[in-house]
Amino acid sequence: MGMTMTEKILARAAGKETVSPGDLVMAKLDLCLGNDVTAPVAIDEFEKAGFERVFDPEKIALIPDHFTPNKDIKSAALVKQMREFAAKHGITHYYDVGRVGIEHAFLPEQGLVGPGDVVLGADSHTCTYGALGAFATGVGSTDLAGAMATGEAWFRVPETHRYDIEGILGEYVTGKDIILFIIGQIGVDGALYKAMEFTGSAIRGLSMDSRFTICNMAIEAGGKSGIIAPDEVTKAYVEGRFRREPRYYSSDPDCWYEKSYFWKAEEIPLMVAKPHLPSNTQPAAELDSVKIDQVVIGSCTNGRIEDLRQAAEILRGRKVHKNVRLIVIPATQAIWKQANEEGLLDVFVEAEAAVSAPTCGPCLGGHMGILAEGERAVATTNRNFVGRMGHPGSEVYLAGPYVAAASAVAGHIATPEQIGATRAHGSDGDPVPAAERGQA
Amino acid sequence: MTALRGKAWTFGRDIDTDLIIPARYLNMKTAEELAAHVMEDADPTFAVKVQPGDIVVAQENFGCGSSREHAPLALKGAGVSVVIAKSFARIFYRNAFNTGLPILVAPEAVDGIRQGDELSVDLETGEIVNLTTGKTYRAQPLPPFMRELVEAGGLLPYLKKRLAANQTVAD
Repeated sequence: MGMTMTEKILARAAGKETVSPGDLVMAKLDLCLGNDVTAPVAIDEFEKAGFERVFDPEKIALIPDHFTPNKDIKSAALVKQMREFAAKHGITHYYDVGRVGIEHAFLPEQGLVGPGDVVLGADSHTCTYGALGAFATGVGSTDLAGAMATGEAWFRVPETHRYDIEGILGEYVTGKDIILFIIGQIGVDGALYKAMEFTGSAIRGLSMDSRFTICNMAIEAGGKSGIIAPDEVTKAYVEGRFRREPRYYSSDPDCWYEKSYFWKAEEIPLMVAKPHLPSNTQPAAELDSVKIDQVVIGSCTNGRIEDLRQAAEILRGRKVHKNVRLIVIPATQAIWKQANEEGLLDVFVEAEAAVSAPTCGPCLGGHMGILAEGERAVATTNRNFVGRMGHPGSEVYLAGPYVAAASAVAGHIATPEQIGATRAHGSDGDPVPAAERGQA
Repeated sequence: MTALRGKAWTFGRDIDTDLIIPARYLNMKTAEELAAHVMEDADPTFAVKVQPGDIVVAQENFGCGSSREHAPLALKGAGVSVVIAKSFARIFYRNAFNTGLPILVAPEAVDGIRQGDELSVDLETGEIVNLTTGKTYRAQPLPPFMRELVEAGGLLPYLKKRLAANQTVAD
């Protein structure tokens, strides 16, 4: 029997010819990472265990992104600890405010993760890099401490679930709608411990940015990892960017999938996940009675250039509703710069949105847009758990950038159509020139 | 090993790590600091009411969401002796072992335990006795590799031994 691409990557990293689901392997890591929440605990554990040196200072990324620019004294102390650890061990990939971005947008953009890699990250959304055809999974701080010391980690080879989406996506439907739709179908533990492999013509038709969004939220279905087979779109993104040799894997035709799902792209509407689970989904068009106080466009899920272009397409020439605060957070410095060059930041400011420096910020209720009791937000982020963006009595509705921007204008949850947005057809309905696709 | 004994605190399914320890407290990192806010958004008085040795009992997918190791640390800091659930989210499961918070997968036991029941748990055998009802349950045995990790004293001592013995994966 053949292997899935996840099995092939793990076999390669474990120094084995083949592996099967359920096998326990020790795998060599191509990169491990931590952020300002998880790395300080990892550093404590590393030092407590008596490790003296890191396995390879080039293969560790320490990315202070959650509470940066430092929101308070305690956060500043956490980042200081990371900075000092990085300096002491000569860790190359430590980046401070002004150079840094949200880890899962930043590392692919900088070419630090790529196809065929095994990446271990002390952050649950590490699964994002599967969009490049890598095996990438989230762990906690102690696992990161072990990885920094040894360059290895143990994994149980996961069974793979296959999600096949065929056909043409509807107008304004993006990767976010696809992944919310899937999570709505299978539930927040529908892929518990599994590798989620996304495939089909609708997936192949997506830009890299949309693919990152899909793999980013594999964890919200309980997945160990998400993965998409590399193709021409992947290669175009990786070329001239990835700092190592890419290793392109695909699943064998006779590989074993524990489960296979199939949906027609046309079945997927613009989606919203209502409080308090990402699986609590409903078509956005049915939720126009839900009044909102805040909209957040950003995060490791939807803070990339394509997301900002989509939001700007809706906001151009419109104003944010008087009862709504719109906060736009480009995910990295490079995205911020490109959005500025394309005039997107002007569009946001003209619409009366606030544009922030890159940070995870409000996504996890850190800072830069915390909700009071009874307040309600639409966010392009990844979690709508109780208290996620602030007071436990506040609410988060998850959506893609088009719905988020339209909702900011309407003052309630809305689709672009519901606020009168239309596209001039004949141009493929796509505001982004084909040549720019995948260029984040 | 002597059996753990404590009162059951029952929770539903999909208890996420934001509920266990909200992100607004992640600028702290010690078990003691975090314990003061454990389960705060699920039950604001839990941190005050929970007694050393008490046992958290939950339905499916306990610990879903963020990878924060602060979640098992906060439970440990509050004196929770073991978490029994129908299933655990993957990262929480790893983190619990790595921080030394005992966890047991025992669907039948969860169905047979109510809020406030007195429980006795033997981690060696996986035997769970509901002292209030008199019923006995058996948790799923630990996978052999997890047992090996526990016997080595945790992940880092295990990895340290491998490193010292030069047993790393060949290139």
